[in-house]
Amino acid sequence: MRRTVGALLRKELLVELRTLESVPGMSLFAVTTFVVFHFALNRNSVDGDLASGILWVTLLFAAILGINRLFVADAEEGGFDGFLLAPVDRSAMLVAKVLTLLAYLVVLEIVAVPAFALLLLGPSLGGAMPGLLVTLALGDIGVAVIGTLVAALAVQTRARDLLGPLLALPLLVPIVIGGARATSPLLALSHPTGAPARWLLTLGLYDLVFGLIAYALFDFLLED
Amino acid sequence: MAALEVEGLARHYGEREALSDVSLSLEAARTLVVFGPNGAGKTTLLRVLATLLRPHAGAVRVLGSSLPDEAWAVRGRIGLLAHEPLLYRELTARENLRFHARLHDVAEERVEEVLEAVAISARASEPLRNLSRGMVQRVAVARAVLHDPELLLLDEPYANLDPAAIELVEPLIGAASGRTRVVCSHDPGGGLAEADLVLGLRAGRTVLLRDATAVGPGEIAELYR
Repeated sequence: MRRTVGALLRKELLVELRTLESVPGMSLFAVTTFVVFHFALNRNSVDGDLASGILWVTLLFAAILGINRLFVADAEEGGFDGFLLAPVDRSAMLVAKVLTLLAYLVVLEIVAVPAFALLLLGPSLGGAMPGLLVTLALGDIGVAVIGTLVAALAVQTRARDLLGPLLALPLLVPIVIGGARATSPLLALSHPTGAPARWLLTLGLYDLVFGLIAYALFDFLLED
Repeated sequence: MAALEVEGLARHYGEREALSDVSLSLEAARTLVVFGPNGAGKTTLLRVLATLLRPHAGAVRVLGSSLPDEAWAVRGRIGLLAHEPLLYRELTARENLRFHARLHDVAEERVEEVLEAVAISARASEPLRNLSRGMVQRVAVARAVLHDPELLLLDEPYANLDPAAIELVEPLIGAASGRTRVVCSHDPGGGLAEADLVLGLRAGRTVLLRDATAVGPGEIAELYR
């Protein structure tokens, strides 16, 4: 299993490095959205609930771009069939795709969070960083698992560009809610506090539930 | 024991019947050539035998394993050469084959061996998108035989290949390879020359199933009228 996941992960990263189709698009989308918010809100800075909401919604839509592209290279030239013909545990593809999407999200956030702090955020990020990192990590795991599940389903249909976001968005809303609620106190202008434990726990449980659902369903999604 | 045993196979896509009541048996190390016009069900038959499509009715045994229940047992023993190369355009020929070598638990030396066999070593470090269709087909042949499969499923294997390239891949996927083969073809002369058994399909149904020595090119041509 580890050898197969390693081979798939290496292939995914090589394809992305050669095409630069996902991560640059996701990052550029996030930064552009912050610029649009900056002018649309006609404010120099935001904090608390508003800041948290803008950050999570932007990251969600940027993630959708990556989710939509996740299986495209596999579908285009029959690489997907090449994998299905191999005598390997098919769950390896789930693990590799989740790790790939996680890597994309981490790079996205390395670009997007400083851009958000620079363009929109009022309070300094310094003290909020540990709590924000934990919240983002829990959110990213959920987005990566749900995104992989949805992308595997959508790629087998003709309307995959439409179906992917339509299926993903409702399932990702609880992550945005949990992430935004957990992040809001961290970004408050006055008396910032830590991320509320109950929202972190909610995110963790949601990740766990969808991790189990994905593990149980993924093999069936790969069947014709 | 027969390498392939198919009894009453049916497969449909929604309402459309792609294969209906197809039966055949093929001994090991022999070649079945499948003829039929476009849409006759040739590719569907190959995909069912390759475990990529489930049969909707009938019994299918490949290399002694019943499909779809025991598909896992035969996957590593089948080499499929399909219309698509089953490769990644952005990766080089060598990277593609190394990827498949890891999936099939094949030693990396074998990658260089098959690259050499299809005479692609000199261009093996270029992304596939830079190669001609014929060269990509040669890499696809290398991928199909990389893990030394017992059964080869070949969908118009010589498409895009020039005569020199056909000669080059012949020892790997031709009758001389000694493997059990199912070949889809539109070439009556070439197809009959390498066939032990001939299957003619039209609209998903068997219209011809006979030993190759008892089939003439005229009967094959008739399939396409």
